[in-house]
Amino acid sequence: MNTIVDARGLSCPQPVLMTMDEIKKASQGEIEILVDTDTSKENVSRAAESKGWGVKGVREEGEGYRITIVGS
Amino acid sequence: MGQLKNFFASRWGIIGVGAFIGVLAPLLQKWGNPGNMGICVACFERDIAGAVGLQRAAVVQYMRPEIIGFVLGSLIAALLFKEFRARTGSAPIVRFVLGAFAMIGALVFLGCPWRALLRLAGGDGNALFGIAGLIFGIWIGTLFLKSGYNLGRSEKTHTSVGWLLPLTMLGFLVLMLIFPQINGEPKSGILFYSLKGPGAMHAPLLISLLVGLAVGFVAQRSRFCTMGAFRDLILFRQTHLFWGILSLAVVAFITNLIVGQFHPGFVNQPVANTMEVWNFLGMVLAGLAFALAGGCPGRQLFLAGEGDGDAAVFVLGMIVGAGFAHNFALASSPTGVGPHGIAATIIGLLVCLFIGFTMRKRV
Repeated sequence: MNTIVDARGLSCPQPVLMTMDEIKKASQGEIEILVDTDTSKENVSRAAESKGWGVKGVREEGEGYRITIVGS
Repeated sequence: MGQLKNFFASRWGIIGVGAFIGVLAPLLQKWGNPGNMGICVACFERDIAGAVGLQRAAVVQYMRPEIIGFVLGSLIAALLFKEFRARTGSAPIVRFVLGAFAMIGALVFLGCPWRALLRLAGGDGNALFGIAGLIFGIWIGTLFLKSGYNLGRSEKTHTSVGWLLPLTMLGFLVLMLIFPQINGEPKSGILFYSLKGPGAMHAPLLISLLVGLAVGFVAQRSRFCTMGAFRDLILFRQTHLFWGILSLAVVAFITNLIVGQFHPGFVNQPVANTMEVWNFLGMVLAGLAFALAGGCPGRQLFLAGEGDGDAAVFVLGMIVGAGFAHNFALASSPTGVGPHGIAATIIGLLVCLFIGFTMRKRV
Protein backbone atom coordinates (compact mmCIF):
# COMPACT_ATOMS: atom_id res chain seq x y z
CA MET A 1 0.00 0.00 0.00
CA ASN A 2 1.51 3.28 -1.12
CA THR A 3 1.55 6.35 1.04
CA ILE A 4 -1.09 8.77 -0.19
CA VAL A 5 -0.78 12.52 0.26
CA ASP A 6 -4.08 14.31 -0.25
CA ALA A 7 -3.21 17.89 -1.18
CA ARG A 8 -6.43 18.63 -3.04
CA GLY A 9 -7.80 22.09 -2.39
CA LEU A 10 -4.54 23.30 -0.89
CA SER A 11 -2.64 26.08 -2.62
CA CYS A 12 1.08 26.36 -2.95
CA PRO A 13 3.36 25.76 -1.18
CA GLN A 14 1.29 23.26 0.87
CA PRO A 15 1.28 20.37 -1.66
CA VAL A 16 5.06 20.65 -2.01
CA LEU A 17 5.59 20.89 1.76
CA MET A 18 3.45 17.78 2.32
CA THR A 19 5.28 15.88 -0.42
CA MET A 20 8.67 16.87 1.00
CA ASP A 21 7.59 15.69 4.47
CA GLU A 22 6.65 12.27 3.10
CA ILE A 23 9.86 12.03 1.07
CA LYS A 24 11.83 12.72 4.25
CA LYS A 25 9.89 10.06 6.16
CA ALA A 26 9.97 7.38 3.47
CA SER A 27 13.40 7.93 1.87
CA GLN A 28 12.42 5.28 -0.69
CA GLY A 29 9.44 3.48 -2.20
CA GLU A 30 6.38 4.98 -3.81
CA ILE A 31 4.27 7.96 -2.80
CA GLU A 32 1.03 9.00 -4.43
CA ILE A 33 0.03 12.65 -4.27
CA LEU A 34 -3.46 13.93 -5.08
CA VAL A 35 -3.62 17.52 -6.34
CA ASP A 36 -6.32 19.52 -8.10
CA THR A 37 -4.49 22.20 -10.07
CA ASP A 38 -1.95 22.08 -12.88
CA THR A 39 0.28 24.41 -10.88
CA SER A 40 0.41 21.94 -7.98
CA LYS A 41 1.05 19.08 -10.40
CA GLU A 42 4.06 20.90 -11.86
CA ASN A 43 5.35 22.03 -8.47
CA VAL A 44 5.09 18.60 -6.85
CA SER A 45 6.78 16.91 -9.83
CA ARG A 46 9.57 19.49 -9.84
CA ALA A 47 10.08 19.18 -6.09
CA ALA A 48 10.23 15.37 -6.23
CA GLU A 49 12.78 15.46 -9.04
CA SER A 50 14.89 17.98 -7.13
CA LYS A 51 15.08 15.41 -4.30
CA GLY A 52 16.22 12.70 -6.70
CA TRP A 53 12.83 11.01 -6.88
CA GLY A 54 11.36 9.98 -10.21
CA VAL A 55 7.88 10.82 -11.42
CA LYS A 56 6.50 7.40 -12.35
CA GLY A 57 3.16 8.58 -13.59
CA VAL A 58 0.57 11.35 -13.62
CA ARG A 59 -3.02 10.24 -14.00
CA GLU A 60 -6.04 12.46 -14.38
CA GLU A 61 -8.45 11.63 -11.64
CA GLY A 62 -11.73 13.34 -10.90
CA GLU A 63 -11.10 17.07 -10.91
CA GLY A 64 -7.35 16.73 -10.55
CA TYR A 65 -4.35 14.47 -10.80
CA ARG A 66 -2.81 11.50 -9.04
CA ILE A 67 0.96 11.77 -9.18
CA THR A 68 3.06 8.72 -8.39
CA ILE A 69 6.65 9.35 -7.42
CA VAL A 70 9.34 6.76 -6.76
CA GLY A 71 12.46 7.01 -4.66
CA SER A 72 15.26 4.49 -4.52
CA MET B 1 -0.19 22.95 -27.38
CA GLY B 2 1.25 20.39 -25.00
CA GLN B 3 4.76 21.43 -25.90
CA LEU B 4 3.93 25.07 -25.30
CA LYS B 5 2.51 24.09 -21.94
CA ASN B 6 5.75 22.37 -20.99
CA PHE B 7 7.85 25.23 -22.27
CA PHE B 8 6.34 27.79 -19.91
CA ALA B 9 6.88 25.49 -16.94
CA SER B 10 10.55 25.05 -17.86
CA ARG B 11 13.46 27.16 -16.69
CA TRP B 12 13.77 28.89 -20.05
CA GLY B 13 10.03 29.46 -20.02
CA ILE B 14 10.07 31.38 -16.74
CA ILE B 15 13.22 33.25 -17.78
CA GLY B 16 11.48 34.21 -21.02
CA VAL B 17 8.43 35.49 -19.17
CA GLY B 18 10.61 37.54 -16.81
CA ALA B 19 12.45 39.01 -19.80
CA PHE B 20 9.15 39.74 -21.57
CA ILE B 21 7.92 41.74 -18.57
CA GLY B 22 11.39 43.24 -18.17
CA VAL B 23 11.17 44.75 -21.65
CA LEU B 24 7.53 45.83 -21.55
CA ALA B 25 7.46 47.49 -18.11
CA PRO B 26 10.15 50.11 -18.91
CA LEU B 27 8.51 50.62 -22.31
CA LEU B 28 5.16 51.32 -20.63
CA GLN B 29 6.99 53.98 -18.66
CA LYS B 30 8.38 55.39 -21.88
CA TRP B 31 4.88 55.39 -23.36
CA GLY B 32 3.51 57.38 -20.45
CA ASN B 33 3.37 55.46 -17.16
CA PRO B 34 5.01 57.04 -14.07
CA GLY B 35 8.72 56.77 -13.27
CA ASN B 36 9.95 53.25 -12.41
CA MET B 37 6.27 52.33 -12.44
CA GLY B 38 5.80 50.76 -15.86
CA ILE B 39 3.98 48.08 -13.93
CA CYS B 40 3.11 48.22 -10.24
CA VAL B 41 0.26 45.99 -9.18
CA ALA B 42 -0.24 47.70 -5.82
CA CYS B 43 0.01 51.25 -7.19
CA PHE B 44 -2.30 50.45 -10.09
CA GLU B 45 -4.94 48.82 -7.88
CA ARG B 46 -4.68 51.91 -5.68
CA ASP B 47 -5.26 54.08 -8.76
CA ILE B 48 -8.33 51.98 -9.58
CA ALA B 49 -9.58 52.56 -6.02
CA GLY B 50 -9.12 56.25 -6.78
CA ALA B 51 -10.87 56.08 -10.14
CA VAL B 52 -14.01 54.72 -8.49
CA GLY B 53 -13.75 57.12 -5.56
CA LEU B 54 -12.87 54.65 -2.80
CA GLN B 55 -10.00 56.99 -2.02
CA ARG B 56 -9.97 60.67 -2.97
CA ALA B 57 -6.27 61.53 -3.24
CA ALA B 58 -6.45 63.65 -6.39
CA VAL B 59 -3.03 62.59 -7.71
CA VAL B 60 -3.63 58.82 -7.81
CA GLN B 61 -6.90 58.23 -9.68
CA TYR B 62 -6.94 56.26 -12.92
CA MET B 63 -8.61 53.06 -14.06
CA ARG B 64 -5.42 51.18 -14.95
CA PRO B 65 -6.04 48.93 -17.96
CA GLU B 66 -2.94 46.87 -17.13
CA ILE B 67 -4.70 45.38 -14.09
CA ILE B 68 -7.82 44.63 -16.14
CA GLY B 69 -5.58 42.99 -18.76
CA PHE B 70 -3.72 40.88 -16.17
CA VAL B 71 -6.96 39.24 -15.04
CA LEU B 72 -8.49 38.86 -18.48
CA GLY B 73 -5.24 37.65 -20.08
CA SER B 74 -4.96 34.98 -17.41
CA LEU B 75 -8.62 34.06 -17.95
CA ILE B 76 -8.04 33.61 -21.69
CA ALA B 77 -4.95 31.45 -21.08
CA ALA B 78 -6.76 29.35 -18.48
CA LEU B 79 -9.76 28.78 -20.77
CA LEU B 80 -7.56 27.99 -23.76
CA PHE B 81 -5.47 25.45 -21.87
CA LYS B 82 -8.44 24.05 -19.95
CA GLU B 83 -7.11 25.16 -16.59
CA PHE B 84 -10.02 27.39 -15.59
CA ARG B 85 -11.31 25.94 -12.37
CA ALA B 86 -13.77 27.78 -10.15
CA ARG B 87 -12.83 27.26 -6.51
CA THR B 88 -13.28 29.06 -3.22
CA GLY B 89 -13.75 28.59 0.51
CA SER B 90 -10.18 28.74 1.78
CA ALA B 91 -10.43 31.39 4.52
CA PRO B 92 -11.69 34.26 2.32
CA ILE B 93 -11.95 36.78 5.19
CA VAL B 94 -8.33 36.11 6.15
CA ARG B 95 -7.27 36.68 2.55
CA PHE B 96 -9.23 39.93 2.47
CA VAL B 97 -7.49 41.23 5.60
CA LEU B 98 -4.08 40.08 4.33
CA GLY B 99 -4.78 41.84 1.04
CA ALA B 100 -5.69 45.08 2.80
CA PHE B 101 -2.55 45.08 4.95
CA ALA B 102 -0.35 43.97 2.06
CA MET B 103 -1.55 47.07 0.23
CA ILE B 104 -0.94 49.30 3.24
CA GLY B 105 2.61 47.94 3.61
CA ALA B 106 3.29 48.31 -0.11
CA LEU B 107 2.07 51.92 -0.04
CA VAL B 108 4.36 52.71 2.89
CA PHE B 109 7.26 51.55 0.69
CA LEU B 110 5.59 52.94 -2.46
CA GLY B 111 5.48 49.84 -4.58
CA CYS B 112 4.72 46.16 -4.75
CA PRO B 113 7.46 43.55 -5.33
CA TRP B 114 7.16 44.15 -9.10
CA ARG B 115 7.83 47.83 -8.69
CA ALA B 116 10.58 47.17 -6.14
CA LEU B 117 12.44 45.28 -8.88
CA LEU B 118 11.64 47.96 -11.47
CA ARG B 119 12.77 50.73 -9.10
CA LEU B 120 16.07 48.93 -8.65
CA ALA B 121 16.34 48.40 -12.41
CA GLY B 122 15.81 52.14 -12.86
CA GLY B 123 18.64 52.99 -10.45
CA ASP B 124 16.58 53.81 -7.33
CA GLY B 125 18.83 52.68 -4.46
CA ASN B 126 16.01 53.01 -1.93
CA ALA B 127 14.50 49.91 -3.51
CA LEU B 128 17.29 47.88 -1.89
CA PHE B 129 15.73 48.51 1.52
CA GLY B 130 12.32 47.53 0.19
CA ILE B 131 13.63 44.32 -1.37
CA ALA B 132 15.51 43.46 1.82
CA GLY B 133 12.26 44.03 3.74
CA LEU B 134 10.34 41.89 1.26
CA ILE B 135 12.77 39.00 1.70
CA PHE B 136 12.69 39.37 5.49
CA GLY B 137 8.88 39.39 5.52
CA ILE B 138 8.73 36.31 3.30
CA TRP B 139 11.32 34.60 5.55
CA ILE B 140 9.01 35.15 8.55
CA GLY B 141 6.22 33.69 6.43
CA THR B 142 8.26 30.56 5.71
CA LEU B 143 8.74 30.03 9.46
CA PHE B 144 4.96 29.93 9.83
CA LEU B 145 4.64 27.63 6.81
CA LYS B 146 7.21 25.26 8.32
CA SER B 147 5.28 25.14 11.57
CA GLY B 148 2.05 24.12 9.88
CA TYR B 149 0.42 27.42 8.92
CA ASN B 150 -2.19 27.05 6.22
CA LEU B 151 -5.40 28.66 5.06
CA GLY B 152 -7.34 25.42 4.72
CA ARG B 153 -8.71 23.73 1.63
CA SER B 154 -10.66 25.38 -1.13
CA GLU B 155 -13.52 23.57 -2.83
CA LYS B 156 -14.77 23.34 -6.35
CA THR B 157 -17.73 25.61 -6.87
CA HIS B 158 -20.09 26.96 -9.51
CA THR B 159 -18.27 28.15 -12.61
CA SER B 160 -19.88 31.57 -12.25
CA VAL B 161 -18.04 32.15 -8.96
CA GLY B 162 -14.74 32.02 -10.82
CA TRP B 163 -16.06 34.45 -13.40
CA LEU B 164 -16.97 37.20 -10.94
CA LEU B 165 -13.63 39.01 -10.72
CA PRO B 166 -12.93 38.74 -14.47
CA LEU B 167 -16.42 40.12 -15.08
CA THR B 168 -15.80 42.92 -12.58
CA MET B 169 -12.65 43.82 -14.51
CA LEU B 170 -14.57 43.70 -17.77
CA GLY B 171 -17.12 46.02 -16.14
CA PHE B 172 -14.31 48.43 -15.19
CA LEU B 173 -13.17 48.43 -18.82
CA VAL B 174 -16.69 49.15 -20.03
CA LEU B 175 -16.96 52.03 -17.52
CA MET B 176 -13.73 53.42 -18.91
CA LEU B 177 -15.13 53.33 -22.43
CA ILE B 178 -18.46 54.88 -21.40
CA PHE B 179 -16.74 57.57 -19.32
CA PRO B 180 -13.44 58.23 -21.11
CA GLN B 181 -10.91 60.72 -19.82
CA ILE B 182 -11.75 64.31 -20.78
CA ASN B 183 -8.76 66.61 -21.17
CA GLY B 184 -8.48 68.96 -18.18
CA GLU B 185 -11.46 67.44 -16.33
CA PRO B 186 -11.00 65.66 -12.96
CA LYS B 187 -14.12 63.59 -13.50
CA SER B 188 -15.86 61.92 -16.40
CA GLY B 189 -19.32 60.66 -15.46
CA ILE B 190 -18.74 58.55 -12.36
CA LEU B 191 -14.99 58.00 -12.84
CA PHE B 192 -12.24 60.13 -11.35
CA TYR B 193 -9.17 61.03 -13.41
CA SER B 194 -6.06 62.67 -11.96
CA LEU B 195 -5.00 65.95 -13.56
CA LYS B 196 -1.50 65.81 -12.08
CA GLY B 197 0.77 63.39 -10.24
CA PRO B 198 1.32 59.69 -11.01
CA GLY B 199 -2.38 59.15 -11.72
CA ALA B 200 -2.19 61.58 -14.62
CA MET B 201 0.72 59.67 -16.18
CA HIS B 202 -0.33 56.73 -18.27
CA ALA B 203 0.34 55.01 -21.55
CA PRO B 204 -2.51 55.06 -24.12
CA LEU B 205 -5.44 52.88 -23.03
CA LEU B 206 -5.14 50.34 -25.85
CA ILE B 207 -1.40 49.82 -25.34
CA SER B 208 -1.82 49.41 -21.58
CA LEU B 209 -4.62 46.92 -22.11
CA LEU B 210 -2.74 44.88 -24.72
CA VAL B 211 0.41 44.70 -22.60
CA GLY B 212 -1.73 43.72 -19.62
CA LEU B 213 -3.42 40.96 -21.59
CA ALA B 214 -0.10 39.63 -22.90
CA VAL B 215 1.52 39.65 -19.46
CA GLY B 216 -1.56 38.06 -17.90
CA PHE B 217 -1.47 35.31 -20.51
CA VAL B 218 2.19 34.34 -20.14
CA ALA B 219 2.16 34.79 -16.37
CA GLN B 220 -0.77 32.38 -16.03
CA ARG B 221 1.08 29.81 -18.12
CA SER B 222 4.37 30.16 -16.26
CA ARG B 223 2.96 30.73 -12.69
CA PHE B 224 5.23 33.79 -12.43
CA CYS B 225 5.27 34.99 -8.81
CA THR B 226 7.63 37.47 -7.19
CA MET B 227 6.84 36.30 -3.64
CA GLY B 228 7.06 32.62 -4.57
CA ALA B 229 10.49 33.29 -6.06
CA PHE B 230 11.96 34.16 -2.66
CA ARG B 231 9.73 31.78 -0.69
CA ASP B 232 10.74 28.71 -2.71
CA LEU B 233 14.37 29.73 -2.51
CA ILE B 234 14.21 30.04 1.29
CA LEU B 235 11.87 27.11 1.93
CA PHE B 236 13.06 24.51 -0.60
CA ARG B 237 16.29 25.94 -2.06
CA GLN B 238 14.38 25.89 -5.36
CA THR B 239 15.44 28.46 -7.92
CA HIS B 240 12.74 27.99 -10.57
CA LEU B 241 10.60 31.11 -9.89
CA PHE B 242 13.67 33.06 -8.82
CA TRP B 243 15.06 32.81 -12.36
CA GLY B 244 11.92 34.64 -13.50
CA ILE B 245 12.36 37.68 -11.28
CA LEU B 246 16.12 37.76 -11.84
CA SER B 247 15.45 37.82 -15.56
CA LEU B 248 12.85 40.58 -15.10
CA ALA B 249 15.25 42.76 -13.11
CA VAL B 250 18.24 42.28 -15.43
CA VAL B 251 16.29 42.80 -18.65
CA ALA B 252 14.46 45.82 -17.21
CA PHE B 253 17.85 47.29 -16.25
CA ILE B 254 19.19 46.78 -19.78
CA THR B 255 16.01 48.18 -21.33
CA ASN B 256 16.22 51.23 -19.05
CA LEU B 257 19.84 51.76 -20.13
CA ILE B 258 18.86 51.59 -23.79
CA VAL B 259 15.90 53.98 -23.55
CA GLY B 260 17.70 56.37 -21.19
CA GLN B 261 15.66 55.68 -18.07
CA PHE B 262 18.49 54.53 -15.78
CA HIS B 263 19.25 57.21 -13.18
CA PRO B 264 21.26 55.78 -10.27
CA GLY B 265 20.96 57.41 -6.85
CA PHE B 266 18.91 57.71 -3.69
CA VAL B 267 17.48 61.23 -3.66
CA ASN B 268 14.84 62.62 -5.98
CA GLN B 269 13.88 59.24 -7.34
CA PRO B 270 10.41 59.15 -8.92
CA VAL B 271 7.55 58.36 -6.52
CA ALA B 272 9.96 57.33 -3.77
CA ASN B 273 11.46 58.64 -0.55
CA THR B 274 14.67 58.00 1.38
CA MET B 275 13.28 56.80 4.73
CA GLU B 276 15.25 53.52 4.86
CA VAL B 277 13.61 52.08 7.96
CA TRP B 278 10.07 52.50 6.65
CA ASN B 279 10.95 51.45 3.14
CA PHE B 280 12.21 48.28 4.80
CA LEU B 281 9.39 47.74 7.31
CA GLY B 282 6.62 48.58 4.85
CA MET B 283 7.84 45.76 2.67
CA VAL B 284 8.33 43.41 5.63
CA LEU B 285 4.59 43.80 6.19
CA ALA B 286 3.75 43.36 2.50
CA GLY B 287 6.10 40.38 2.10
CA LEU B 288 4.71 38.63 5.17
CA ALA B 289 1.12 39.22 4.04
CA PHE B 290 1.87 37.93 0.52
CA ALA B 291 3.63 34.86 1.96
CA LEU B 292 0.71 34.09 4.28
CA ALA B 293 -1.72 34.54 1.38
CA GLY B 294 0.31 32.34 -0.99
CA GLY B 295 1.12 34.79 -3.75
CA CYS B 296 2.39 38.20 -4.78
CA PRO B 297 -0.20 40.77 -5.91
CA GLY B 298 0.37 39.89 -9.56
CA ARG B 299 -0.01 36.18 -8.92
CA GLN B 300 -3.27 36.84 -7.04
CA LEU B 301 -4.64 38.58 -10.15
CA PHE B 302 -3.58 35.68 -12.39
CA LEU B 303 -5.10 33.14 -9.98
CA ALA B 304 -8.31 35.16 -9.88
CA GLY B 305 -8.31 35.00 -13.68
CA GLU B 306 -8.19 31.20 -13.65
CA GLY B 307 -11.17 30.93 -11.31
CA ASP B 308 -9.66 31.17 -7.82
CA GLY B 309 -12.34 33.00 -5.84
CA ASP B 310 -10.09 33.26 -2.78
CA ALA B 311 -7.41 35.09 -4.74
CA ALA B 312 -10.18 37.36 -6.01
CA VAL B 313 -11.06 38.22 -2.40
CA PHE B 314 -7.40 39.06 -1.78
CA VAL B 315 -7.51 41.45 -4.76
CA LEU B 316 -10.64 43.14 -3.42
CA GLY B 317 -8.92 43.37 -0.02
CA MET B 318 -6.02 45.18 -1.66
CA ILE B 319 -8.32 47.67 -3.40
CA VAL B 320 -10.22 48.38 -0.18
CA GLY B 321 -6.90 48.56 1.68
CA ALA B 322 -5.83 51.27 -0.75
CA GLY B 323 -8.98 53.21 0.19
CA PHE B 324 -7.99 53.08 3.86
CA ALA B 325 -4.35 53.84 3.05
CA HIS B 326 -5.19 57.18 1.47
CA ASN B 327 -8.30 58.12 3.45
CA PHE B 328 -6.40 57.56 6.73
CA ALA B 329 -3.14 59.11 5.44
CA LEU B 330 -1.17 55.87 5.80
CA ALA B 331 0.47 55.94 2.38
CA SER B 332 3.90 57.48 1.93
CA SER B 333 4.76 60.23 -0.53
CA PRO B 334 8.02 61.55 -1.98
CA THR B 335 8.37 63.67 1.18
CA GLY B 336 8.22 60.67 3.55
CA VAL B 337 5.84 58.37 5.38
CA GLY B 338 2.22 59.41 5.90
CA PRO B 339 1.13 60.79 9.30
CA HIS B 340 -0.28 57.42 10.35
CA GLY B 341 1.84 55.13 8.16
CA ILE B 342 4.07 54.00 11.03
CA ALA B 343 1.14 53.06 13.27
CA ALA B 344 -0.56 51.20 10.41
CA THR B 345 2.60 49.23 9.61
CA ILE B 346 2.96 48.11 13.24
CA ILE B 347 -0.73 47.18 13.48
CA GLY B 348 -0.47 45.30 10.16
CA LEU B 349 2.54 43.31 11.39
CA LEU B 350 0.68 42.41 14.59
CA VAL B 351 -2.37 41.28 12.60
CA CYS B 352 -0.18 39.12 10.33
CA LEU B 353 1.55 37.57 13.35
CA PHE B 354 -1.84 36.89 14.92
CA ILE B 355 -2.98 35.13 11.73
CA GLY B 356 0.32 33.25 11.38
CA PHE B 357 0.37 31.98 14.97
CA THR B 358 -3.31 31.03 15.19
CA MET B 359 -3.79 29.22 11.87
CA ARG B 360 -1.28 26.43 12.27
CA LYS B 361 -3.61 23.48 12.61
CA ARG B 362 -2.70 20.53 10.42
CA VAL B 363 -5.24 19.84 7.66
